[in-house]
Amino acid sequence: MSTRPFLELTDLCVSIGGISVLRGVNLMVARGEAVGIVGESGSGKSVTWLAALGLLGRKARVAGRVRLQGEDILHMPAPFLDRVRGARIAMIFQDPASSLNPVHKVGDQVSEVLRLHRGMDRRAARAEARRLFDAVGISDAGRRLDAYPHELSGGQNQRVMIAAALAGEPDLLVADEPTTALDVTIQAQILDLLREVRTETGMGLVIISHDLGIIAETCSRVAVMYAGRVVEEAPVDDLLERPIHPYTAALLAALPNVDGPRRRVTAIPGSVPDLVRLPPGCPFGPRCRRHTSACDAAEPALASVDAEHPGRRAACFHSSFAHARAPEHKEVVLA
Amino acid sequence: MLRFFAVRLLRALITIALVVTFAFIVLRVSGDPALEIMSVDAPPEAIAAFRKAWGLDAPLWIQYARYLLAILHGDLGQSMRDGREAVVVVAERIPATLELTVPALLFSLAVGIPAGVYAALQRNSRTDRAVMVAAIAGFTVPSFVFGLLLVLVFSIRLGWLPSGGIGGLGHCILPIVTLGVGGAAVLARFARGAMLEVLGQPYIRAGSARGLPWRRVIVSHALPNAAIPTLTIVGFMVGNLIAGAVLVENVFSWPGLGRLLVVSVVSRDLAVVQCILLLIAAVMIGANVTVDLLYGVLDPRIRTAPLCAGAGRC
Repeated sequence: MSTRPFLELTDLCVSIGGISVLRGVNLMVARGEAVGIVGESGSGKSVTWLAALGLLGRKARVAGRVRLQGEDILHMPAPFLDRVRGARIAMIFQDPASSLNPVHKVGDQVSEVLRLHRGMDRRAARAEARRLFDAVGISDAGRRLDAYPHELSGGQNQRVMIAAALAGEPDLLVADEPTTALDVTIQAQILDLLREVRTETGMGLVIISHDLGIIAETCSRVAVMYAGRVVEEAPVDDLLERPIHPYTAALLAALPNVDGPRRRVTAIPGSVPDLVRLPPGCPFGPRCRRHTSACDAAEPALASVDAEHPGRRAACFHSSFAHARAPEHKEVVLA
Repeated sequence: MLRFFAVRLLRALITIALVVTFAFIVLRVSGDPALEIMSVDAPPEAIAAFRKAWGLDAPLWIQYARYLLAILHGDLGQSMRDGREAVVVVAERIPATLELTVPALLFSLAVGIPAGVYAALQRNSRTDRAVMVAAIAGFTVPSFVFGLLLVLVFSIRLGWLPSGGIGGLGHCILPIVTLGVGGAAVLARFARGAMLEVLGQPYIRAGSARGLPWRRVIVSHALPNAAIPTLTIVGFMVGNLIAGAVLVENVFSWPGLGRLLVVSVVSRDLAVVQCILLLIAAVMIGANVTVDLLYGVLDPRIRTAPLCAGAGRC
């Protein structure tokens, strides 16, 4: 990890319609780093990034700090943010077909970014869009430029989205569930493409997913979110090997084991807490196997687990390595 | 594509045939032109002669058959009141009605769409609520009431504008506003709804995420999509405009088709009424076909669809 983070979220809080959906998120992304954000739906993983980029709209109240190379961008005026979004931090979304405008040709939607952020004229933008289409693996790129989103498949549309994201030559790409709407073979191709792009450009990557397998394949570090906070942060391999937070352990136990010995997958009992009525203390308390009375007294903060592993942090009163057990299956084969 | 149009044309012809038949029966069953035009006190022989001259003494179905045959020969009959060709009587009123309806439609578009779009962009603000209250008032107040209200204020109180009749530009303003205000209200509500729907779509957020300035997101990404459902309403509005013209022309004594229609219905001037109804049906069908074609221009998803349906595949 480099000394100065590329992007640093400090105590990021979001409330929408009076309900706090993010309750103090702290997260760093170094230049060129690949970070995964994992959590159930409603844990705040997408909201974190929409808030960081100022994409939540007027109904959301956002507080905290979002420092991009040291500069707080959170409440910057729109024209400033327009030069950050797409040019320094790009974002792609879950449903590629509806994230592209149905009435414009896909080539034009990519050219639009090129003309905006790279000041190209129409001709140059078209040529560059074509090169990008080739780069993201769209076959017959020259003809596809003039296609409309409804004429392309979901995988092709996601490639267009990636091309549009790359068009601004961003330093960081935030991919919000980039493969959820795609079928498994296409999913693998898109992940390969993201990895490829990263090695070629040195761009940082944040993958938001509910699927630890996808994150394990593409990222080096992972943050686990629960009820609007980060509850555990660790290098991916360490996390899979020895999860510290009981929620992470439960997530891993809920994954099917493909190669190892047969075992039952364990579902996490209960459901994600209602953000309007959070339980007292640790929000995971009611579903936790290691729940004690101390857990109801206060909410544990995200803190380093021990000095030897500075990259490992967890928000649990029981978070010591003594408690951390490897999941029953040693070799986790994911996705 | 060709089959698509063939189907549309066939449907249009059936619609026109239904309109013509319905009007024919209702007009003849509900009153006697001989009594209306000759007056009740006319001598019975004169009335009988009138009936014979216009073929009204024949059974209804024979009258209908004669009428259809004549239409197929391009003959829409003569006005019973002055004996001129019905087509000529109707045609000379068309310019006056166009003078009202076309500006009224433009007024509806020019006022309704910007108001609706602006309200959507300022959702839940005071402006939004003010626009919506005005819109509800605009289409709940009947046009003849609104027209009289305008006359009261601008002609009688302020004395700025004439209260009726045809003349210069001043004569047009009140009738045009009266006729256009209902459409503007409907359009404002509809454009607002369409715009809100589009603003919630993922591609709007995706556009912002690419760094497009908000103005550009609105102009080049939101508006073209919101235009598609709004267009449907514009198609319907053409029909409403004609209905509105009947009322407004009577309120403002405007010598257009609407006045002619009312006068002709009252006197059971059959050929003229049928000719006007035929014209209205044709205009509405024309408007709907135009809307269908414009859909294709606005929405690339529809551009390919009729081809599919036409080929009998997909």
